[in-house]
Amino acid sequence: MRSMSSRGNQHRRDPAPSRWSYRYERWMLTPAYRRLFRVGPPVVLAACAVAFVALDEGRRTYVTDHVNEWVDAFQHRPEFMVAELTVEGASDRLATEIVAALPIEFPISSFDMDLPAMRTTVEQIAGVEKAILRVTSAGALEVDVTPRVPVAIWRLDDGLRMIDGEGNFVASVQARSERPELPLIAGDGAKEAINEAMALFAAAAPIKDKVRGLVRMGERRWDVVLDGDQRIMLPERNAVTALERVIVMAQTQDLLRRDVQVVDMRNDDRPTLKLGITGTEEMRRLNAALSGAGK
Amino acid sequence: MNQLYDNQRAMRNMRKAALQRGLIAILDVGTSKVACLVLRFDGPDRFRAEDGVGSLAGQAQYRVIGASTTRSRGVRFGDIDAMQETERAIRTVVQSAQKMAGERVDHVIACLSGARPRSYGLAGDIMLDGDVVTDQDIGRVLAACDVPDLGEGREALHAHPINFSLDQRSGLTDPRGHSGNKMSADLHMLTVEKSALQNLVHCIRRCDLELAGIASSAYVAGISSLIEDEQKLGAACIDMGGGTTGVSIFLKNHMIYADSVRMGGDLITHDISKCLGVPEATAERIKTFYGGVVATSLDDREVIEIGGNSGDWHHDRRSVTRAELIGIMRPRVEEILEEVKDSLDAAGFDSLHNPAIVLTGGGRQIPGLDELATRILGTQVRLGGPMRVSGLPQAATGPAFAAAVGLTMFAAHPQDEWWDFEVPDTIYPARSLRRAVKWFKDNW
Repeated sequence: MRSMSSRGNQHRRDPAPSRWSYRYERWMLTPAYRRLFRVGPPVVLAACAVAFVALDEGRRTYVTDHVNEWVDAFQHRPEFMVAELTVEGASDRLATEIVAALPIEFPISSFDMDLPAMRTTVEQIAGVEKAILRVTSAGALEVDVTPRVPVAIWRLDDGLRMIDGEGNFVASVQARSERPELPLIAGDGAKEAINEAMALFAAAAPIKDKVRGLVRMGERRWDVVLDGDQRIMLPERNAVTALERVIVMAQTQDLLRRDVQVVDMRNDDRPTLKLGITGTEEMRRLNAALSGAGK
Repeated sequence: MNQLYDNQRAMRNMRKAALQRGLIAILDVGTSKVACLVLRFDGPDRFRAEDGVGSLAGQAQYRVIGASTTRSRGVRFGDIDAMQETERAIRTVVQSAQKMAGERVDHVIACLSGARPRSYGLAGDIMLDGDVVTDQDIGRVLAACDVPDLGEGREALHAHPINFSLDQRSGLTDPRGHSGNKMSADLHMLTVEKSALQNLVHCIRRCDLELAGIASSAYVAGISSLIEDEQKLGAACIDMGGGTTGVSIFLKNHMIYADSVRMGGDLITHDISKCLGVPEATAERIKTFYGGVVATSLDDREVIEIGGNSGDWHHDRRSVTRAELIGIMRPRVEEILEEVKDSLDAAGFDSLHNPAIVLTGGGRQIPGLDELATRILGTQVRLGGPMRVSGLPQAATGPAFAAAVGLTMFAAHPQDEWWDFEVPDTIYPARSLRRAVKWFKDNW
């Protein structure tokens, strides 16, 4: 309703929007344009800013230099510096080896260290089974090592090496007497059959004093070498059972104390013996006596 | 007739497109105000029951998200008089409603209060081809209605099928699937002046809006103001607007008659303005603040300052008693109601059993109107208002918005009209393919 004093308002502006302002308003209410105006200018501004920097060599280097500077300054704060290397769980010899394998110049920022790669390096050392590397809060690089445990000595052409239960080299030894408690194995392919060798050594416990070592023959079966040049030839399969039979024979019939050079167990049905010279002659004498008495 | 058919179908398609977009505006171009509501159709699943609004008789699948009113300009007696002015008023109202909604609306459903509506009751019958009534048959029976000469420059605005009868059975609302031999249909057709319609369409087009439907304001006021029982049992809705008073009669949920009396509240204002010698704006103010139609002894003592700023002290200090004001208003209100009575009589409203009369529209706010209307029109006059729709601002819930609210319901649930049914083969060449298929089926 119009107000009562109509005289003062005769030149009041027409409240209706003009045709063009009406159209403009409708245009601005169109969803697509509203989205455009909300998203468009910020995106354009951002793009302009990026282009302003990126299209000029000088500005680009200025920005990258500064960013690198900030990154360096941050990474070389004392909180992130590593000053020393400690090795835990390794023998002195292994520790020396590990320190030598990690070519790090201390102090170094922990951002510059590639711990996974260093771990791979450490684990490639023969005597290391597993390594855990961590940077402690005290600023030390701690290498926690699980060393390989040697179970046997393997005699090769060029020397003696210790190997662990999985057939990996642990270290070389100068002389057998350095580790007399470890059993000795030899022959090509001995490393691959280390499990069986360990089982055989366990089975051979009753005659432990006589056993000098195991020799892998033809990369398929084992010979037990005893002192006095005696030898037990074990079959490819059921070697442990065969060895136990020999041990039983040794205990009951004193087999190994006689002049027997080789106990051949390769045939399952019967053990075959190769006698020494004294044994052979005695055998012949007995046979002859028996046949003579028979006549 | 065919072109009308196409126009109406095009509007129905437009409405469908608008509903798919979920936004539609409704525009009530009246003589005293132009109102625009923006509706958002969310679908029933998105409606939240915890908002505290119930299902509102199935009307709740839309919300009003923008509403605006402005003083109408260039409209006289419900017809557009000055196109430019009306266009400006529409622009104003659409713009502010859009602003409130925060969305751009492209589709608009409008209503027409004047344009000299005329009601026709049509009937047609056909013999059915098959045993069962199909959509095609309904189209055919509607096409078979004998349309009288509508007169020069008139166009059908509504054409509601009201009643179908099959052989001896009558009163069918939906005969599809029924079996029978002879089907007849009753159709209510409302025609308006084509030029008035075209003016409105032109104004809306000038505002870059697409027309998605057009309805008679008497009809939509009836939809919103009559409660369901009244629509079913028979009632008249009297929409007392500014320039026109719309009359619509409903029976069995269908409008069976509509008319428009070319008198309204503006005429009362005009009378006051003349008798008291004040500007129309002052007269309008006096009418809305102090108006009434039943004088009591107290009214003699209530003195109303008329005011004015002519500079003449005596002229500006005039006053009038309320009884005098009522004396000015009452004859005019009586005259309007007499005209309404004539219109209702012409429609045979007396023959309905115990029909209700509902007064709505801005004019029904005159105090004491129900008493006067009861005396003139008969018993059972009720002061009605539009039903509530969700999201409607408080300012737009009054009886003056009966037509606007009715239009929202018309937008959401339009009743079937003639053009919603299948076009029969015989009058629509595009269906010749179907005829060819049918011929093959019959002959091979």
